[in-house]
Amino acid sequence: MRGAPPDRSVLLLLPALLILALIFLLPLLWFFVRTLLVEIEPAKLPALFASVLSSRPMRIALVTTLWISLVVTAVTLMLGYPLAYYLASRSGIRFSLVIFCVIVPYFTSIIVRTYAWMVLLGRNGVVNQLLLGAGLVARPLPLLYNLLGVVIGMTYVLLPYMVLTLYAAMKGIDPSLLRAARGLGAGRFYAFRRVYLPLSLHGIVSGSLIVLIVSIGFFITPALMGGAGDVTVAMLVERAIEILIDWPSAAIMSLVLLAATLVLYALYGRLTDVRAMLEA
Amino acid sequence: MLTARAGGAIEMRRLTKIYGAERVVDGFEARIAAGEFFSLLGPSGSGKTTTLMMVAGFAAIDEGELIVDGRDLSAVPPEKRGFGMVFQSYAIFPHLDVFENVAFPLRARGAPKERVKERVRWALDLVQLSHLATRHSRQLSGGQQQRVAIARAIVFEPSIVLMDEPLGALDKNLRYDMQVEIKEIQQRLGMTVIYVTHDQEEAMNLSDRIAILNRGRIEQMGAPRDIYEHPANAFTARFLGEANLLRGTVLEGGAGGTYFRVEGGEVLIARPQDKVEGGLAAQLFVRPEKLALSAPHGEAVQAGRNRLIGRVRRVSFLGSMVRYAVELASGASLMVDAPNLSGGLPPAVGDEVAATWPAADSSIVEADAS
Repeated sequence: MRGAPPDRSVLLLLPALLILALIFLLPLLWFFVRTLLVEIEPAKLPALFASVLSSRPMRIALVTTLWISLVVTAVTLMLGYPLAYYLASRSGIRFSLVIFCVIVPYFTSIIVRTYAWMVLLGRNGVVNQLLLGAGLVARPLPLLYNLLGVVIGMTYVLLPYMVLTLYAAMKGIDPSLLRAARGLGAGRFYAFRRVYLPLSLHGIVSGSLIVLIVSIGFFITPALMGGAGDVTVAMLVERAIEILIDWPSAAIMSLVLLAATLVLYALYGRLTDVRAMLEA
Repeated sequence: MLTARAGGAIEMRRLTKIYGAERVVDGFEARIAAGEFFSLLGPSGSGKTTTLMMVAGFAAIDEGELIVDGRDLSAVPPEKRGFGMVFQSYAIFPHLDVFENVAFPLRARGAPKERVKERVRWALDLVQLSHLATRHSRQLSGGQQQRVAIARAIVFEPSIVLMDEPLGALDKNLRYDMQVEIKEIQQRLGMTVIYVTHDQEEAMNLSDRIAILNRGRIEQMGAPRDIYEHPANAFTARFLGEANLLRGTVLEGGAGGTYFRVEGGEVLIARPQDKVEGGLAAQLFVRPEKLALSAPHGEAVQAGRNRLIGRVRRVSFLGSMVRYAVELASGASLMVDAPNLSGGLPPAVGDEVAATWPAADSSIVEADAS
């Protein structure tokens, strides 16, 4: 018996794989190998790991990072679900307009967007001016340089990921199923809860994992919009390299971030795989 | 176990649906009795599904009223109308198993657990699916999904069930079997069914009455045999099966029959009809299976029969019957369906033949463009 002819289209992936390997994977490996195995005696490595991981700044940064990521994920989900629902049930000009508004920020630099938010949210920013002018508040609200500012900025940046993932899942729901539910005696809310929500659940899981994964490594927005206490792991890494010039600690902290990301990716892959299997 | 159902009478008063400038359904008027099997039959775009959607509550009624058992439901949301529904492409909930699919209407109505169990078992028994209660929809064949959809529509014992081309996705043999089952269930439960289909045989097999729709209007409404034998117009004649339509002019109407001159010469007789008078340009209608072929020069035409002479142009063997295309001297063509009987020598292409049929089997319909 002869096997199937080799699939030559795999060759099309080669250029991209080569570039990825050369300018991303190799330097990454080189960085970890050099800082952790060459410059340090391997025997001292476990102790170093322990001291970096148990240091107070690292423990606080881990908690902060996780907390910010979870809050941002929850907020994007709450904002993104209705938005995606609207998109999935509309077509024509309304769809185009809303999807345009969702996607355009996606193509703008994060730094530009973050500075734009700083202009809006600052003590003398547009939002506070409006609130003061309208007499709604007596003194400017602290919207910037605290957790609130970070969450606002990150939510804005990450919302498209959530919306597009949810939209894809919702677009796959047969609209006749909702009609069937209504026709069989279910009110709007019951039909949503028993039919639409369960069928969009995998979109919720995927979207949340994607946002969580990206949040964990976020640097610019928390650095610019956060307060003195809002230090994320990514900011610690930057500090270790730029200010303390402590490359081994930076490498260890980076490894922690990388590991957390990979674990979430594995989870994501697992969940989406299961879905594909169920559908087959 | 079976209780006589209270209600199920539907009155559609000039139901109208307007999209833009188009009246997609224009003044649909029908009274459906409790326990009646009523079909909406028509080509795509005729408004049959839109009519059903107005009854179901998924399409707003732009003009007219829907009265069910004396109650005006025109503005009631779909879930409060209390109809059972079977949808095109089944619409089985993919995240629920068979049991939960069938239980859905009961749970949506807040039925207690014990009742849910008992009713679902009853409904699954009725469609012979009890053994598949824990299956998921993707593990079911098309026919099984169809049964789930039917069980789900009847599980809460609605007096009215709406069906939107429920058998459209099934292959032909299965379709006939399912028709028989649907009809049996409908009769056992005494429910009113409004059934949308574009398949004439299906409509005729199932229905007590059929409404034939075309471009948003009812062309004809009546019992299957009546509209098959006596179509009101050329559209119904063609839509409900094969039809011969011969152009000509009415010579004389009357109680003894309608005399009709076919373009090209012969005078034929059709059943007596009201409002058919001499001078009317019209068509004479007769179904192909009413015609019989014989040798052209035999005895004289029997009283009460029509006869046309022509030449066999084509013979199509269709299994249970043989279809002949007979060309007349005038150039018009007659379609003749003869049962596939054994014995005798069937006419062959090129033979001259006489096609005869009882005058009572033909009627006069108005002339149309085609």
